[in-house]
Amino acid sequence: MFINRNAAWSALAAAAISAPLATGAFAQEDTIKVGILHSLSGTMAISETTLKDTMLFLIDEQNKKGGLLGKKLEAVVVDPASDWPLFAEKARELIEVNKVAAVFGCWTSVSRKSVLPVFEELNNLLFYPVQYEGEESQRNVFYTGAAPNQQAIPAVDYLMNEEGVERWVLAGTDYVYPQTTNKILQAYLKAKGVADEDIMINYTPFGHSDWQTIVSDIKAFGSAGKKTAVVSTINGDANVPFYKELANQGIKAEDIPVVAFSVGEEELAGLDTAPLVGHLTAWNYFQSVDTPENADFIAKWHEYIKNDKRVTNDPMEAHYIGFNMWVKAVEKAGTTDPDAVIDAIVGVSVPNLSGGYSAMMPNHHITKPVLIGEIQDDGQMETVWQTPGLVVGDEWSDYLPDSKDLISDWRAPMSCGNFNVATGKCGGKGT
Amino acid sequence: MRRGLRWRPHIPASLRTALAILLLLFIPSAGMTQTADLRPLVNALGAGGYNETDAAIQELARTGDPAVAGILEALGAGNLYTRKSDGEVFIASRASGGFALTDPLTGASAGEAASGAVERIRVNNRLRRTIRTAYGALTLLSPDAGMRRAATQSIFQSGDADSIPLLDEAIAAEKDGSILRLMREARAAAVLKSDLSDADKVEAIRTLSARGGRETLALIAPLAGAGGEVGAAATTAVSTIESNLALWDAGQNVWYGISLGSVLLLAAIGLAITFGVMGVINMAHGEMVMLGAYTTFVVQELIRAHAPWLFDWSLTIAVPLAFLVAALVGMAIERGVIQFLYGRPLETLLATWGISLILQQTVRTIFGPTNRQIGSPSWMSGSFELGQLTITYSRLWIVVFALAVFLLLILILRFTAFGLQMRAVTQNRPMASAMGIRTPWVDALTFGLGSGIAGIAGVALSQIDNVSPNLGQAYIIDSFMVVVFGGVGNLWGTLVGALTLGIANKFLEPYAGAVVGKILVLVFIILFIQKRPRGLFALKGRAVEA
Repeated sequence: MFINRNAAWSALAAAAISAPLATGAFAQEDTIKVGILHSLSGTMAISETTLKDTMLFLIDEQNKKGGLLGKKLEAVVVDPASDWPLFAEKARELIEVNKVAAVFGCWTSVSRKSVLPVFEELNNLLFYPVQYEGEESQRNVFYTGAAPNQQAIPAVDYLMNEEGVERWVLAGTDYVYPQTTNKILQAYLKAKGVADEDIMINYTPFGHSDWQTIVSDIKAFGSAGKKTAVVSTINGDANVPFYKELANQGIKAEDIPVVAFSVGEEELAGLDTAPLVGHLTAWNYFQSVDTPENADFIAKWHEYIKNDKRVTNDPMEAHYIGFNMWVKAVEKAGTTDPDAVIDAIVGVSVPNLSGGYSAMMPNHHITKPVLIGEIQDDGQMETVWQTPGLVVGDEWSDYLPDSKDLISDWRAPMSCGNFNVATGKCGGKGT
Repeated sequence: MRRGLRWRPHIPASLRTALAILLLLFIPSAGMTQTADLRPLVNALGAGGYNETDAAIQELARTGDPAVAGILEALGAGNLYTRKSDGEVFIASRASGGFALTDPLTGASAGEAASGAVERIRVNNRLRRTIRTAYGALTLLSPDAGMRRAATQSIFQSGDADSIPLLDEAIAAEKDGSILRLMREARAAAVLKSDLSDADKVEAIRTLSARGGRETLALIAPLAGAGGEVGAAATTAVSTIESNLALWDAGQNVWYGISLGSVLLLAAIGLAITFGVMGVINMAHGEMVMLGAYTTFVVQELIRAHAPWLFDWSLTIAVPLAFLVAALVGMAIERGVIQFLYGRPLETLLATWGISLILQQTVRTIFGPTNRQIGSPSWMSGSFELGQLTITYSRLWIVVFALAVFLLLILILRFTAFGLQMRAVTQNRPMASAMGIRTPWVDALTFGLGSGIAGIAGVALSQIDNVSPNLGQAYIIDSFMVVVFGGVGNLWGTLVGALTLGIANKFLEPYAGAVVGKILVLVFIILFIQKRPRGLFALKGRAVEA
């Protein structure tokens, strides 16, 4: 009796502890569980919380349509708290304890790298929604954000052709995404005949807030008589003081435009955008995209979140595409078994929000249009240019000597993420 | 293969005649009635892509018609719309349910249009530049001095030989001395791009050399390699300007260093009280700064909603409120937690770190994880030029504000009864207690003062940094560094420490980069602490042992 009561108490205590983390883990069995692995606290909460809401919204929408394979979908939310090793632990918990069918999550590259071995070992699926540096293709991961050729290179092309830019400042935060992207861009610019002295590379720490020196260096670099632009891979919070300093020092978009790869509607929401009008961003989706699909998505999102001031952004669209692809692949395979879904999902094509269809390619990257937008005074982007068709995500950059011979194809006979076309063998650099 | 290129348009003879007649009708009409012939040019703005709009702007500007300036201004501001039904271009402003149209040439109202019936003419950066240049040429003779100044500036940047006659005309008419000088410099810049005689160019180089600056350097430098009289003059001018710039660069680093130092000072000065004077390792100090910033946000939101005319005063109003909020929270922390942990630094460190996480998550729950927008009052936006230095008002005011807070604190400690009691308690607690000072209350008030000052710092930092729940974390390490470097328990040490670290950082940054610069400063401090464990301004005498 006493022992029984004790056991009951500890079960209750365990439930109380895990309840806020794994909502609904004790609900009835007849559901398909979907894991959501986004930081809800710590530095990355600023970006990732919205994606958690987006996933809950998408799952809710799917359940309204009758669920999947006759079952309801059930979200399992965990909080890895912007702590990279914790991402791996939480991923393991989702797969082993909660038995989720697929996981949607991660933002930073380092968090993705930390969960990769878990997904490989436990053979589950990860849908990764953020633009990243490429140089990776993994069997269990689907990259629904942009690879460098779907964002950085078209943006540089636009500046070169439309604005006549000849001098380049590559400014970024000091970590893997900006470093790799800048390496690719540097190789690309040199291939286009830009001289070394016309490229300035600058790295700053995370959360850098004192931009006076760097902005005045950019100003000096830009006053050499050639048209200059800044390609910014500055991440997250550091952008706000950077743009403030640009505006304060009187650098206008007409003189030195800044094209940013990490600044979206969400980041601009914390900023007075009037002095930024004309600076550029490159994404695969803008909230301002004028299509019926997008209008519908925004209306439903506002209704779900009960706040019509909430903006939508590119990683949200990536989750929208990724989630629908997973749903379609599960329906095609008739099961949520990861191996079956991995086989079924290649070639699946679903509508994106910019009026076309995105398809999952054999390299586990997707096709997307590339949009260049100018920041408007209401914090929205207006598309000034877009690629004529869809661009296929290129996982191994053609501009880096290490990876230009590598391709990835996860379909049956080859089934390799880093096939070297020069040696004809699977396995080269990378994972 | 390339058959497409050989294709010739086959126009029927009748149509060709019609075209010829049209052209004949058109040409004489130019110059007779200007508005009539501007209309097709204006409509051309809305036809086609950026390239066509660009050409149309230049075409319009070439007419020199006074109405064009207004049209270009509307285009740059994004107020020019094309009516889809007939391709006519209008200035449109939002009206109920659609747009109110105005004729851009006559200024007369042209009725209304539904939202779907008009399309905005889009401008990108290239068009904005074209507009600016064209607008500059059109407004150079404007009666408004500000417009003439801006126009001269844009001609200086983009003018060519064609603008010389226009500048000559403007120079002859100009009365204002400073604008006259700018115009002469703009003319000199245009002369360098023209094919005038060498003597003219040497004269132009002399004018520009006196102006100095990087823009000028970019103009002259390409000529420096060339031989002859012009080349020699250019080489001299380049070396003069460059040595001048090197001086200004040093001055700029000092100013940026002072500015960074003042930010460090603001963040650290509250800590100098709680850690320096009381000896409490308060990891929640950064969160007090954050609370101050969020107080500013709430104040601004209330002002925006209820009293928009007060907006320029929002920061002034926020300062005392931020002090109160942070001071009350600080006192609550001291009474609730820290008072039980005096003399146990490790426990204090852990407890306050826990408190900092609780405060962060509380703010995240209440205000959301995203950044909050804090507007700048008009007197804190923009910048002014001091020689080759660009000084931004926000930074200037923060320097002034940091020094004012510092002086105020020194005065409180030195000349008030509370300051006296505070110093007495921190120097010798049992003795102070024996003299009748209620030491627990002095502790609470001192902690409240330190926290409140951190709150004030939050008001200032909200102007240059993100207001997010993580705001405080960015400053906590720097604050401890400043206090330890300056000397624990000494406010003057904090001042000197903050400014030294700021300036050192800014002199290192251009050479080592921001990341390595920070590391070097940290290494320097570690070495310095090895040599002088008590910091720059060590307390001497009996207080040290307390």
